[in-house]
Amino acid sequence: MMIVKVGIAGTLESSDIMIRVYPGGNGLQIEVESLVYRQFGKHITKLIETTARELGVENAIIEARDFGALDCTICARLETALKRAGKEAAV
Amino acid sequence: MRRTMLFLPGNSPNMIANGSFLGADSIILDLEDAVSPDNKDAARNLVKSALKHLTFGTCEVIVRINSLDTPYWEIDLEEVVPYHPDVIMPTKVSDCLTIELLVEKLDTLEQKCGLEIGSVKLLPLIETALGLEHAYSIASSSKRIVGLLLGAEDLTADLRCERTKEGREIEYARGRLVNAARAAGVEPYDCPFTAIADPEGLAVDTMLAKSLGFSGKAVINPRHVSRVNEIFSPTTGEIEYAKNVFAAIEEAGKLGKGAISLNGKMIDAPIVQRAKLVLEAARALEGVNT
Repeated sequence: MMIVKVGIAGTLESSDIMIRVYPGGNGLQIEVESLVYRQFGKHITKLIETTARELGVENAIIEARDFGALDCTICARLETALKRAGKEAAV
Repeated sequence: MRRTMLFLPGNSPNMIANGSFLGADSIILDLEDAVSPDNKDAARNLVKSALKHLTFGTCEVIVRINSLDTPYWEIDLEEVVPYHPDVIMPTKVSDCLTIELLVEKLDTLEQKCGLEIGSVKLLPLIETALGLEHAYSIASSSKRIVGLLLGAEDLTADLRCERTKEGREIEYARGRLVNAARAAGVEPYDCPFTAIADPEGLAVDTMLAKSLGFSGKAVINPRHVSRVNEIFSPTTGEIEYAKNVFAAIEEAGKLGKGAISLNGKMIDAPIVQRAKLVLEAARALEGVNT
């Protein structure tokens, strides 16, 4: 999937994560801001990278603001943001 | 047993993650009215991911999909069915054709995903005047159907009457739905009581639903769960009486008596049937917190 525009998903509410995806041409550039960064920052970053690659995204800028989201929420919000950003390319 | 079915917005991670801890027998992950059109994709992905990654214990998981007159229902099913929700709740079901289309789609998806054909059940929401007229044929139209849920808000809009707390405007609908579901051999479920901060009103409304023959009730607020569970559970007195009915039958059998009485009242087939249902419900609730 090619990222062709900005895609946003999620909220700033507790247990959620807001993810913004932008087009970028130099691999996956992931930036995570989290209430629990010290404990889970590496895990969240890795989860975002793995999920993006599983969805066929190799080049993108991904910004995540986490408010204690579970893994299933992170995966779901990322998928939504990526599909919103890549929709035109997928057609 | 579905004494309570708690609606949870399909786009709320917090509610979904905690849903199975709120005491309801079932949770309904809602992709329909609780989700705005521009977030249908987000909710669908969240519900799909929750079904894939979370465990819900003994809590049944129902997914309410968008109605068949929207562009969403097929993709709702395509995304969630592979992760095997227990039940799909189709909305605004007004005729058997809707069920036929859903069954055809579910058959295809189950086959594609290697799931047992027919394992995802259906609990149609009856919320139109036409749906109510066709309630029996809808309830009888597929073995996947486990019950009917009355949707009073949309129904009263369709009937062009005001929805009130007392609910006189849905008396006919309640009676009709219970009769249709029972005649078809499936369970009838009552609509939610929408006045969140009125516990007395909730109790009155729930006791009325139970007295009419409903098996349980949908709820829209976690604060309603325990009271509705309590009302739809057999009481200690009912359990005791049911046990006594069977003890009296056994005793009469030993003595070779044809006519059986308990506390001066004849025990006939309907009393035995009711006692049997009470004891079945009590057994099903063993170990379940109310």
